[in-house]
Amino acid sequence: MKWWKIYRLRLRRKLALWRAFRARRQLSIHQDNTSQIKKGDVLLVCTLRNERIRLPYFMKYYRELGVKHFLFVDNDSDDGSREYLTGAADVSIWHTTASYRNSLFGVYWMNWIARKYCHDHWTLTVDVDEFFVFPFCDTRPIPALTDWLDNSGIRSFSAMLIDMYPKGPIDAQPYKEGQDPMEIAQWFDSGNYMLSTNYEYQNLWIQGGPRARLFFSDDPYNAPSLNKIPLVRWHKDYAYMHSTHMLLPRGLNHVYETEGGEKASGVLMHAKFLNTFVQKTEEELQRRQHYAGSREYLAYHNRIKDDPELWCNWSEKYINWRQLEILGLMSKGNWA
Amino acid sequence: MSVGFVMLVHEALHRAEEVARHYAQHGCPVVIHVDKRVHKDEYLSFVDSLSDLTTVKFSKRHSCEWGTWSLVAASQDASEMMLKSFSDVRHVYLSSGSCLPLRPVRELIQYLAARPMTNFIESVTTEDVPWTVGGLDAERFTLRFPFSWKRHRKLFDRYVALQRRFGFKRQIPDGLVPHLGSQWWCLTRQTLSAILEDPDRKVYDAYFRKVWIPDESYYQTLVRLYSNNIESRSLTLSKFDYQGKPHIFYDDHLQLLRRSDCFVARKIWHKADRLYSTFLNSNINPMQGAEPNPGKIDRIFSKAVERRIMGREGLYMQSRQPAHGKGHGKTSAPYSIFEGFSDLFEDFDQWLAQAVGARVHGHLFGPEGVEFSGNQKIFAGAMSNHAELRDYNPCGFLTSLIWNTRGERQCFMFGPRDNQEINWLVAMDPNAQISVISGAWAVALFRSNMNFSSIRREAARLQKIEAEHLEVLRSQHVKARVRIWTMADFIESRLEPLQSIIDEIGPRNVRRLTEAPRMRDLTGFGQFLQNLKNQGMHPHLMGDFPMEPDIENTQRNRKKPYLVK
Repeated sequence: MKWWKIYRLRLRRKLALWRAFRARRQLSIHQDNTSQIKKGDVLLVCTLRNERIRLPYFMKYYRELGVKHFLFVDNDSDDGSREYLTGAADVSIWHTTASYRNSLFGVYWMNWIARKYCHDHWTLTVDVDEFFVFPFCDTRPIPALTDWLDNSGIRSFSAMLIDMYPKGPIDAQPYKEGQDPMEIAQWFDSGNYMLSTNYEYQNLWIQGGPRARLFFSDDPYNAPSLNKIPLVRWHKDYAYMHSTHMLLPRGLNHVYETEGGEKASGVLMHAKFLNTFVQKTEEELQRRQHYAGSREYLAYHNRIKDDPELWCNWSEKYINWRQLEILGLMSKGNWA
Repeated sequence: MSVGFVMLVHEALHRAEEVARHYAQHGCPVVIHVDKRVHKDEYLSFVDSLSDLTTVKFSKRHSCEWGTWSLVAASQDASEMMLKSFSDVRHVYLSSGSCLPLRPVRELIQYLAARPMTNFIESVTTEDVPWTVGGLDAERFTLRFPFSWKRHRKLFDRYVALQRRFGFKRQIPDGLVPHLGSQWWCLTRQTLSAILEDPDRKVYDAYFRKVWIPDESYYQTLVRLYSNNIESRSLTLSKFDYQGKPHIFYDDHLQLLRRSDCFVARKIWHKADRLYSTFLNSNINPMQGAEPNPGKIDRIFSKAVERRIMGREGLYMQSRQPAHGKGHGKTSAPYSIFEGFSDLFEDFDQWLAQAVGARVHGHLFGPEGVEFSGNQKIFAGAMSNHAELRDYNPCGFLTSLIWNTRGERQCFMFGPRDNQEINWLVAMDPNAQISVISGAWAVALFRSNMNFSSIRREAARLQKIEAEHLEVLRSQHVKARVRIWTMADFIESRLEPLQSIIDEIGPRNVRRLTEAPRMRDLTGFGQFLQNLKNQGMHPHLMGDFPMEPDIENTQRNRKKPYLVK
């Protein structure tokens, strides 16, 4: 790569950090427990809006996996999400009424929070409907993984997004608070993912899954990206560029092996397609705060009348991480 | 007579304390070396926590860095202290803070007491070592390494390159034959004291100070001078990955470790509570056998290394994306491509499915959409039949399909009307079996209901595409199994080519073909080609096709019946 291209990326990273710095004014602290963060703790950064019903299971899931502190940015929820989180000793909350879209879908906020509080910590950046699955996650917590990554000199860990969906119409089984969403959304597409390399940022671009299959079959280029790098040993000079799809500096995007071997990787199980999604769709059509004019919600809305079933004969029912490993969606790499 | 433990500790001090306490309470003296980089307060509280045990001592602290002399210096000081302070110690066992005894200490004492003069130290000559990092084996002993490999990798590499270039070599002290091995050993008092009290020790130390990773070679080399009673293996179970880093044991390895019958394992994750509570509980004796037997653990870890280096063939995923020409295979299983067969024969796919028992698709890359077998809209792995989705990444489409259907052979039709982007992928893929009847696409045109001028245009277009395709298949880089016939040649001897293709697909299928697929009626095809020629086009891919309609007919009649045997 030519030097000016490298320098351009550096400027871009600086710009992202500058925007994160500017965005700090949009965040007002609601609950500050950051003094509880100890050296070596695994942290979780999350932006949310009206996710009250999902929060109890989300918190339980990640606490059991060994996350020590949660840093939430609440984008003006009015369903009691903020109130639910208030009081927990391992939670810090920021509140903002600013536009989600204008903050590059929460990226500026997350970059700022991460820069300020996550330096030198392993940091997991996820949404409330994303559940991190990694090799041996049934027997080993996240700190086992991060210690191993440290030991192997690895700074970032890839976990692609797998869309989970129920059998039958997605609003057939209502989601109850505290329930494991994967009890309803048990199914996924096991092998229709399309990969390409983004030469500028040197990350992989992954598209596919049920959303590409159903909503973007005529326009695959615009199908949602599924590549994610949610777990990073954060440094204050790092910046996410688009959601958690890619980072700068580029070295952090080298989560894939090009010589033929497999690096270790995990999966983010995306439990978006529950009955709550129908409501969200209605709301997003009004607000238009999501990526690319909420085209994904729009595409879904247009299809919802005729055939809202994502399930098909070849859908795979989720069992455990070993199943995902065998299917080739994630890998143990040389972790054993 | 007993065994004393020398422990090198640099992190997770509370675990080191548990283990040291365990040894001491079972009658084994312990000398601990704590890395100087551990903070003073932490160190003092660690010393404090073990102050109730009289047989636990602390040696002079060195600042330790991987790959440097400091680790040897630390073990020397601690060993000297062990030999001096505990005169009844017969074997000295070098271990680290993240080692865990798997069998009761009593059994280790018995084991060593039965072999009072044996030194357990892995010691192999440099020619026989497969596991060195960075390709440095013999050169560890002949080059100088003043720069840290971890902190100044570039300087390290450049200095090595410089020394290689100018042929620089250090002199190995007389009498030493370089040996390498695991740094975790168990030596007898006699041998260890001989090493530490050697009058030439200064010379040896000065030499090894600049050897690369001396803790893997210092004792391993010197022990050869003083003892003939060497068991070249380590009593510590320790596995290394491809970067030379030790594999780590977790709670879920409990059963494996139990069955390994090893005395000590390294390295244990410091939060593996179940391992520590199980193996440090002296009431339980999980082991049965007498000799260590780490075979199963070996297999698991060597498989992990293989997965990291080679990966699963034909898999493209978020953490495996072999660059062009890298990785040993492009797809995960053999598959067959048939070009022109479905044009020439009626219901060829049904016939083929019966003949070979494989999954037979139509034109997977057809312009109207993906023709999965049985006209399914969605196929294995939830792949869609939408042409746009497939054409977004045709090569990925093919590799995914082959990966998703592992265990079942895939066959599909192909032709010049289809998406040609996969040309080079399949041509370069040793898993591909490609059979081509060139020019057979003209049969479809011949039978179509188009105006002749559009047929002529279409024929010219398809012929151009297929000619380019055949050029790819005939290039010198081809790795696929390619067979090409002109249409005229193929019709001459239909069964033989089909038989050879099918034999290759299923070697179990020993039965000879009895029934050829039914060929379409080609009456007038020769005239059709002539008409194309008359319109100024030159249809050359079909071969020399006989033009007279009566020859056409007699040939057809003669070929009946299709039973040949």
